[in-house]
Amino acid sequence: MKALLAPFRTTTGLARWLLVTGLVLVALFVVLAVFAPWIAPYGFAQSSVDGVKFTKLDPPGPGHPFGTNDLFYDVLSRVIWGAQTALLVVLLSVLLSALIGVPLGLLSGYVGGWTDRVLVLIMDALYAFPSLLLAIVFSFLLKNVLPSGVVAAALSLTVIYIPQYFRVVRNTAVSAREATYVEAARALGAPNSVIMGRYLFSNVIQSVPVIGTLNAADAISTLAALGFLGLGIQPQDAAEWGFDLSRALDDAASGIWWTGFFPGMAIVLLVTGLTLVGEGLNETVNPTLRKRRFATVTLPPRPAPSDLSETQNALAITASDNSAEGGGK
Amino acid sequence: MPTKPELALDPVLEVEDLKIHFALRGSGFARLLGRDTGTVRAVDGVNLDLERGEVLGLVGESGSGKTTLGRAMLGLVAATSGSIHHRPGDGSPDTDIAALRGKALRQRRTRLQMVFQDPHAALNPSMDIETAVGHPLVIHKRASGDELRARVVSALERVGLVPAEQFLSKYPSDLSGGQKQRAVIARAIILDPEVLIADEPVSMLDMSVRAKILQLMLDLKDDLGLTYVYITHDLATAKFFCDRVAIMYLGKVVEIGPTAEIFAHPRHPYTQALLKAIPDVDPNKAMPRDLPRGEIPDAARPPRGCSFHPRCPLARADCGWEPRDLKALVEEHWTRVPVADYEREHALVGGLADLDHSENRAVVKPHGGTVADLDALFDRIRTENAAEPLWQGVTSITATEDGLVFEFAPAAEVPLRPSGPTEVACVLYPPDPS
Ligand SMILES: Nc1ncnc2c1ncn2[C@@H]1O[C@H](COP(=O)(O)OP(=O)(O)OP(=O)(O)O)[C@@H](O)[C@H]1O
Ligand code: SF4
Ligand SMILES: [Mg+2]
Repeated sequence: MKALLAPFRTTTGLARWLLVTGLVLVALFVVLAVFAPWIAPYGFAQSSVDGVKFTKLDPPGPGHPFGTNDLFYDVLSRVIWGAQTALLVVLLSVLLSALIGVPLGLLSGYVGGWTDRVLVLIMDALYAFPSLLLAIVFSFLLKNVLPSGVVAAALSLTVIYIPQYFRVVRNTAVSAREATYVEAARALGAPNSVIMGRYLFSNVIQSVPVIGTLNAADAISTLAALGFLGLGIQPQDAAEWGFDLSRALDDAASGIWWTGFFPGMAIVLLVTGLTLVGEGLNETVNPTLRKRRFATVTLPPRPAPSDLSETQNALAITASDNSAEGGGK
Repeated sequence: MPTKPELALDPVLEVEDLKIHFALRGSGFARLLGRDTGTVRAVDGVNLDLERGEVLGLVGESGSGKTTLGRAMLGLVAATSGSIHHRPGDGSPDTDIAALRGKALRQRRTRLQMVFQDPHAALNPSMDIETAVGHPLVIHKRASGDELRARVVSALERVGLVPAEQFLSKYPSDLSGGQKQRAVIARAIILDPEVLIADEPVSMLDMSVRAKILQLMLDLKDDLGLTYVYITHDLATAKFFCDRVAIMYLGKVVEIGPTAEIFAHPRHPYTQALLKAIPDVDPNKAMPRDLPRGEIPDAARPPRGCSFHPRCPLARADCGWEPRDLKALVEEHWTRVPVADYEREHALVGGLADLDHSENRAVVKPHGGTVADLDALFDRIRTENAAEPLWQGVTSITATEDGLVFEFAPAAEVPLRPSGPTEVACVLYPPDPS
């Protein structure tokens, strides 16, 4: 709990305000995603109610607050269900990439040698590749193999983000490997697995939440881009903002704004929210970026001249008490 | 203290001709050219016995190989050659730690433990004191649950972290330096080891805490029957703390013997220099760096013969003089002459690359003059300071067509030899009977 609240206690001013804004935005979408079945007026692939088909491209109005699109779907429902898809895909891909990237980075950094060189080479190659291109290639390959579009999309995003965890964790592990406490653990007779699990892991893991949130923001836009290119999730599988946006392209020319505006806004807001949270966390994890808050020191009032000597005696006593076991840090 | 140490010999560790060389990581360019980038001889042929129950001090300047030797005793660094025989007191079989690997080596570490210089760095910042101190028991599956906690508490009480319950849930960053070192010691003794290697255990602590930690270590030694290797560059604490002291210089033990004898009658010129440099008044002062002339030589290219000879005020002809020393002498001469002279002489000698090696013969070629000019120059340098011990080591200077040829005296072997109650590695000991 203490660790969870740390970002709030340690940030100030603008930084805290940004973090809070980000959290509110993200929380909003999480609520939409979790309670989509209750919040959304219709299903994501529902084009009629009680056998009566919706009007195609109906402008926002009482029946459809955000209007309908060219597939007869209710835009509001698509936006709400889209939050579920987006967060599910992002959560899956971020978790998976951390689950693979972190242990690989730890192993590579601690073991070194050939294992390290080979892994670094592979990861650098993946990292150097434009991420969207990589995602396109993988979703193309996975689309026909996996039954679920959501899982296929999540896996193609996973591949992009593994190198990021790997690089950060490996570099921290390389420097932590030389730390005295690792040598001390070896001197205790700890096997390598224990050293990695109990001595390195907790010290290299700090920056992972930051990468996670920043990756999540990136993953939202990459997922939308995939959908926009028609490589993502199909409209009957789940609602996906990028796909809706691509359908809306034609409408925009004829002055139909609502089919593109609402999914677009959803993407922008969620990406902004996640980025703000990531940057906010970054500030707390990398304190060097942060301007330190100094606690103001209040001095006791000056004693009257008469009892000055007594205070000095008292001070002398506390001073010697402190030096008894003060210890250099 | 037994009068005849031979009778009480029961070594727990026997280090034999131990060598630990580290490959120097030269620049990629040098490696591309296939050049030998050299090795650092951190430990270069050490022989010593650690007697059960004693405190053996390893004393020497920075870079003399103390830490490396201490780490090797735990198998934390691979030996290049030599052996470290461990004779456990609990009846388990003798082994050569230098040859142990993997599980067997990790098992050995229940008998041998280490205390580090920087207690803050030696503790995992994200592990609380209870877990950290009890971890050795968990690793070696010696205790768990309530018994584990009870043993942690008793170890903490032993090292004076009382009330122990108060420290269990603390993190290293919550403790003072002295408290952290106590926790490190608690962790080291919890497996009930027989040897503790303490690498400058108090040098990073406040003055006021140092004596307390050393006293704690002495108490623990008596209570638990420990044997200590105490690594330090601080002679004052060594005098107070150690039964025997080994003085190290450039990866070698140059003198070893009972503390009282070493301090009262230092034999090796290096020991003498160290003791002369130590101010008696302030026992806390670390070893001063203003030893007799010169720097500590590069451990990658140790001097010929006795490695102390370039700095030794008592050096003789057979101490291992070499062309490199002549180069240093000329360079030193140049710092004292006017710039015009320097430029003329430098042009004549043409740099000193001819002298930058350690064989017993060197040819200096004249660059901007004749061999006779060279001869005259070296004559001048020689008369400047005829007492310079280097000249004893030069057996002949001959002018030939090639250039000026210097011949150096052969270097004597300087193994550790008994001299009174101590052993000394110096040609002057034992003194000639004549
Ligand atoms: N892992 C290593 N790789 C390469 N060289 C090393 C390594 N460890 C030590 N050395 C070198 O070996 C020599 C001896 O080092 P060591 O740390 O044993 O000296 P020390 O006597 O403990 O010095 P100090 O008083 O500074 O601690 C030094 O020249 C050092 O640079
Ligand atoms: S052998 Fe002895 S006298 Fe010769 S240089 Fe070494 S320490 Fe000095
Ligand atoms: Mg050292």
